[in-house]
Amino acid sequence: MRKLILALASATILAGAANAATVYPIDRATILVGSPFDFKVEFDAVVKPEDVKITVNGKDYAEVFGKPAEFVAEEKGAEDEVLGSALILRGLTIGTAGDYTVEVSAGSETQSVNWDVYETAAQPKAKNIIFLIADGLSVAHRTGARIMSKGMTEGKANGRLAMDDIPPVAFIGTSSTHSIATDSANTMSAYMTGHKSRVNALGVYADRTPASLDDPKVETIAEALRRNTRKSIGIVSTSELQDATPAALVAHTRKRADKAEIVGMMLDVKPDVLLGGGSAYFLSKDVPGSKRKDDKDYIAEFRNADYAIATDKAELAAAAGSNQERLLGLFHTGNMDVTLDRDFLKKGTVDKFPNQPGLVEMTRAALDKLSKNPEGFFLMVEAASVDKMSHPLDWDRALVETIEFDKAIGVAREFAEKNPDTLIVVTGDHTHGVAIIGTVDDEKPGDVMREKVGTYDNAGFPNYEDKDGDGYPDRIDVSRRLFLAANNGPDHYETFRPKLDGPFVPAVQNEAKEYVANEAYKDVPGAVFVEGNIPKEDDTGVHAVDDVVLQAIGPGSEGFRGYMEQSDVYRVLADAFALGVPKD
Amino acid sequence: MTQTDRVSFERRRLLCALAALPTLALSRPALAGETLGFGELYKSFGVLGLEFSDKVKRLNGQDVAVKGFMAPPLKAEANFFVLTEIPMSLCPFCSSDADWPDNILVVYLAEKQTFVQYNAPIEAQGVLEYGSWVDPETGFVSQLRLRGATFDTV
Repeated sequence: MRKLILALASATILAGAANAATVYPIDRATILVGSPFDFKVEFDAVVKPEDVKITVNGKDYAEVFGKPAEFVAEEKGAEDEVLGSALILRGLTIGTAGDYTVEVSAGSETQSVNWDVYETAAQPKAKNIIFLIADGLSVAHRTGARIMSKGMTEGKANGRLAMDDIPPVAFIGTSSTHSIATDSANTMSAYMTGHKSRVNALGVYADRTPASLDDPKVETIAEALRRNTRKSIGIVSTSELQDATPAALVAHTRKRADKAEIVGMMLDVKPDVLLGGGSAYFLSKDVPGSKRKDDKDYIAEFRNADYAIATDKAELAAAAGSNQERLLGLFHTGNMDVTLDRDFLKKGTVDKFPNQPGLVEMTRAALDKLSKNPEGFFLMVEAASVDKMSHPLDWDRALVETIEFDKAIGVAREFAEKNPDTLIVVTGDHTHGVAIIGTVDDEKPGDVMREKVGTYDNAGFPNYEDKDGDGYPDRIDVSRRLFLAANNGPDHYETFRPKLDGPFVPAVQNEAKEYVANEAYKDVPGAVFVEGNIPKEDDTGVHAVDDVVLQAIGPGSEGFRGYMEQSDVYRVLADAFALGVPKD
Repeated sequence: MTQTDRVSFERRRLLCALAALPTLALSRPALAGETLGFGELYKSFGVLGLEFSDKVKRLNGQDVAVKGFMAPPLKAEANFFVLTEIPMSLCPFCSSDADWPDNILVVYLAEKQTFVQYNAPIEAQGVLEYGSWVDPETGFVSQLRLRGATFDTV
């Protein structure tokens, strides 16, 4: 009987849900006091404006928000179908911290959401924040980088990574507003705005209309810094500068693929230092290599906005030493090559762009520039290709990227030693489904590569060497090497060997738009076919839903603790800089 | 040197020899076009733009043959496809034409042909054209095209 009642009760809830209006920001949103955001209500039905009733803590919303929302009689879908009526109020701010209950009704549709509008400490705790993020950083990447870089004897690491002495302080839940799974857009957006969102979205809540640039916006950290402070802002990444992670500091779009528009959003905010790839989106469509569809020349636009432009390692060094305050470094038309290709194998596109700087040089140059501002700075450094090499299951490249990331952390820590008013955060944005399970030992007998995988006691220790002491293994194709296994992937061939000819491409699309194993690896001696366990429309390994480890050291780091939603990290950053001080 | 390289090399030598004879150069109906490799598209790569090779500039408006892989079509109804140097595996989050590599060739077919298995190498033949062009139907921007083209599996 009790079961029946429960069943009926849940059926009622479900039936009620079909009639619920949708409100943005969502229920349990946390909003920095004084930060501008868009308020939107979506009704499932077409309603009359006079039937809409909205209250905030029991008072008429227009009174509390200071202005009325625009009423949209009929929102349209991709097929021009009517989605229902909506109300939109752009750029509202709430100046007083507290709990806000927003109640909405029209006809049979009702909704009630609660917002936590928070203020921060009145005095900043830190002058500078260096936010170091390796895209996709999972525990296996950390362990693998340590073993590969430092070695291990009798079960103890022969050395420590720079990240190893930064206390792990929180587990971060990365899930998105519509799914437990997530991508680099909504995850970094949660870090950089304090609001969770949907896969592919940056600086907005994902509304129902097809247009990608009209979704309800929230403030990004770069905008909050511009609004509240005179601090400098730096963005450094090994990816295209328009890619999701770097874009999350400035962008507002439902679709991370709006890369041409994101360049314009960068220019609107004018971060003081921008270093990375992605020049193709800065070039007018008439220039070979451009990926724009218009005639905008953003190289000229940034130049006109007083940016020094650097296009390779030498120009970066020269620009870092110059007096020009703003710096735009573009070192590749697309994503920059990974460390293994750039510095060791000379594969990938290194023949075309031979003088790309690495993450360590870019971090150093950014710190040189930004630290000239007596007001302090916020610097975001991203090791983008830990993720970009984990997707195609190219674990050797992903681990070498992690070592490079660690060296950038070392540069940040050196800076913080001399500038103790600096908060350092080290984290990933989401994880990958990967683990180290042992070694592959070529010396084991036979030709069957699978039998050369060492597990448990048979794994032993890898025989990487670092004779030149640069922190990178001299070779990755040693005879006994780490064996990393993905827990998911498309159909592919496992070769049990590093990919010395260029990054791994595990699967390619066939005429049915399904990803099938790339035959290029079929004839590698000992390769075995691995059947995929994710839909055939997925081309590579996917993100894991597992928590991310967040590490932090310096003033303000005590704010990170236990389990935290990714969006709550923003609150700690805002608190460290005192970005939410009520103005009156 | 691979077998195919050797063939095209010898063919190139033959063409050079023919071109050297001025009387023959004006009338060479027996010759199909020249071949163009993906490695021969650009003279220089730079962050601030790429420059087409002299060979591309010279062959502009002429019949050429290019070997490559057919990328999955952007839209089923498009009357062109993208030819790439290696089989394409597209970014799972982008689903836009923005993430193509820069060394692609857009192939406009003379008449409809059935698309092939994307892993299979093909040879496309058509009239080479360079310079920025926005496809009026799809908005796809290309820098290098084959017009009135046909293709065969190889």
